[in-house]
Amino acid sequence: MGEHTYKQFDYELEAIRSGVLNMGGQVEQQLQRAIAALSEDSSSESIDAVGATEALVNSAQITIDQQCMQIIAKRQPAAIDLRTILTVTKIVNDLERIGDEAKKIAYKAAATRGSNQLTQVRYLEVTRAANQARTMLQMALDSFARLDPLAAADVVDRDGEIDAMFHSIMRQLISYMMEDPRTISPALEIVFIAKSIERIGDHAKNIAESVVQVVKGKDVRHATPEQIRAEVAER
Amino acid sequence: MNDTTLVARPEVTHQVRSRTTPKMSIKGLDFYYGGFQALKNINLDVLDKRVTAFIGPSGCGKSTLLRVLNRMYSLYPGQRATGDVQFDGRNIIAPRVDVNLLRAKVGMVFQKPTPFPMSIHDNIAFGVTLYEKLTPRAMDERVEWALSKAALWNEVKDKLKQSGMALSGGQQQRLCIARAVAVHPEVMLFDEPTSALDPISTAKIEELIAELKHEYTIAIVTHNMQQAARVSDFTAYMYLGELVEYGETDQLFLRPQQKATEDYITGRFG
Repeated sequence: MGEHTYKQFDYELEAIRSGVLNMGGQVEQQLQRAIAALSEDSSSESIDAVGATEALVNSAQITIDQQCMQIIAKRQPAAIDLRTILTVTKIVNDLERIGDEAKKIAYKAAATRGSNQLTQVRYLEVTRAANQARTMLQMALDSFARLDPLAAADVVDRDGEIDAMFHSIMRQLISYMMEDPRTISPALEIVFIAKSIERIGDHAKNIAESVVQVVKGKDVRHATPEQIRAEVAER
Repeated sequence: MNDTTLVARPEVTHQVRSRTTPKMSIKGLDFYYGGFQALKNINLDVLDKRVTAFIGPSGCGKSTLLRVLNRMYSLYPGQRATGDVQFDGRNIIAPRVDVNLLRAKVGMVFQKPTPFPMSIHDNIAFGVTLYEKLTPRAMDERVEWALSKAALWNEVKDKLKQSGMALSGGQQQRLCIARAVAVHPEVMLFDEPTSALDPISTAKIEELIAELKHEYTIAIVTHNMQQAARVSDFTAYMYLGELVEYGETDQLFLRPQQKATEDYITGRFG
């Protein structure tokens, strides 16, 4: 896109764009700490950092929302600028929710350490799902940075895989709980962790759908990956 | 109707929206100021009982196009139009068109309010007398009707004998709208009608346009893109005498088809 006649408008848009990417980086860090906590090789300092980073993420959400409101009030944005501002407000919301879910995972994982017959489920299956969610987040943020709607469609594709992993974990945990009621308590903790991971996947998908909205002006929420690719391919 | 509480009627707007027949049809229109071609092969429909806005940078031809629609250019030698502009079943830019009758049916309001140096009453009556013979009582009723239509009656009903030029800028512009409405036009042309007005008067005129479109076809030229977005149903973006894009206003301002249009409406122009 070319530059605005009002250069200040360009600076303001760049400020919110880089704000979103910075916030995305912080949220990715949160998720990384959560994945480390699942494998029980994270330190207590790392878990403490989760709380500190969460405050930064929340503050970034408020700042970026206010910047967007200022632009709407002052600049009366139209077309791609309007779509960018409105979807940024949604993206920062999704990022903040991902940060919250990552915090829950990290705290729950740290609180339920110790060997039990569910360690394998937790380490292998749940960590695999969490890494998939992290990949989706990275891809979604990358598609926003490059305004690439095709990359965004790839993210939506992967959400189906996370949902499948979540259901597989649930089936395994139900089997354990049915076999041995002593596993119910730790199993439920893993259910909550798995649910958080599944929610992270959903939020990453939302971010990807927002990128399509910005670039193509098409609302692809509730569309299948095939439908999204078809919309992206259209003029 | 209380003219201080104009409210656009969304349910009627929705019904009107479903009927989109052209009131005026422009095909292959070229326009020349002497040897300079100011309009190049314009093709578009001005749809019945809709507001069509024309936007574009200075010199793009939007006011020129507006002035073709009521043959205003015929007042000036050296200006000519070729092509086809259909209105009421005939090409209005063909020779032997009664331009006075045309201008009764296609009224115009200009940027600078132009009340006649007469009383408020006579400002309205003057145009009517050119086309109709009314009794004094019927004329008074027509004057009241026109001023009510222009949301001005309550403000001036006790001073109809006062000069129209003693009114405020916003009131003068509404007087000009009443004057245009009084001769029962079918189409109303607005050439930057609020450029010279304060924000409150501007808002009142825009509210008035939202009401008038239920009965009249309206075309408006404006430099204010937000105004075009607010008041119009369809928008035409013009550049250097050409029609770049024409479409539903909601779509054009949210997702324009042409990059040139997007550059202009997002302020990336120039």
